[in-house]
Amino acid sequence: MKVSVVITLKKDVLDPQGKVIHQTLHGMGFENINEVRQGKYFEIDTKESDQKKAEKNVEDMCKKLLANLVIEDYKIIGSQ
Amino acid sequence: MNSSVITFPGSNCDRDMDVALKKFGFKNKMVWHDDVELPKSDLVVLPGGFSYGDYLRCGSMASKSKIMKSVLNFAQGGGKVMGICNGFQILVESGLLPGVLLRNKYLQFICKNVFVKVNNKDNSYFKDEKKEIYEFHIAHNEGNYFCSNDQIKEINDNNQIALFYSDESGNVNEDCNPNGSLQNIAGVFNKQKNIIGMMPHPERMIDSALSGEDGSIFFENLINNLR
Repeated sequence: MKVSVVITLKKDVLDPQGKVIHQTLHGMGFENINEVRQGKYFEIDTKESDQKKAEKNVEDMCKKLLANLVIEDYKIIGSQ
Repeated sequence: MNSSVITFPGSNCDRDMDVALKKFGFKNKMVWHDDVELPKSDLVVLPGGFSYGDYLRCGSMASKSKIMKSVLNFAQGGGKVMGICNGFQILVESGLLPGVLLRNKYLQFICKNVFVKVNNKDNSYFKDEKKEIYEFHIAHNEGNYFCSNDQIKEINDNNQIALFYSDESGNVNEDCNPNGSLQNIAGVFNKQKNIIGMMPHPERMIDSALSGEDGSIFFENLINNLR
């Protein structure tokens, strides 16, 4: 089963890369942007076939390694 | 005094640290990250560099390596652990120090000399130190210290800030903050003050002909305090 997870910086954490991307997009003519936040996307192919167990397992991975919970949030966005 | 410097894949200040420690009287051993046991040590140093190519987050992979279990046990038993630059990043990722090091505010790799001011001398690293302000070298892309509001309150309440970025006279303000660090923090302790992490490199300031002597003052004082 493949589990997809997105990791983003928490709202109150400065995201300088997102800011620069925003400015660049603005300079290219995309003028209707409020904010850009950059994150990370992981696709984890597990041997587990039970969806709940697989997601639980990935959640554990997020807490222990994939995300740093001081600054980041994780969200499992799908399993298939 | 016995010291150990841990070498991770991608560490590149490990041998500089070895030279510095030996110069000031430590019997130093290099320890590979895949080893399980630490040699008998009075000080363990996590050196600077780019462990695991800074993949995922700086220091995150190294903080899970085999030797870190022994480092954790050593630190939790009161052992002295010092993390410099990438070593600092590894210490925050391992949970031994609070906070995290984000990308520098202006997205530039910074490589220059800075002044840092000692904030707390009630510990083995700065006790009896005659100097208040050091000139050290920094070289990092992720040195922007950050933590939650609750954490910064706890850090201040427990006097855990080790070093501030300052100017030559010791003024701490935004003008001398190179990377956007919260409250100009350049280094922090754990609550018990046996663990220190700092972005500046004292090991690069041990030779007056090449750089400066402020690192020499730091290491001489450190070994005297550990004796």
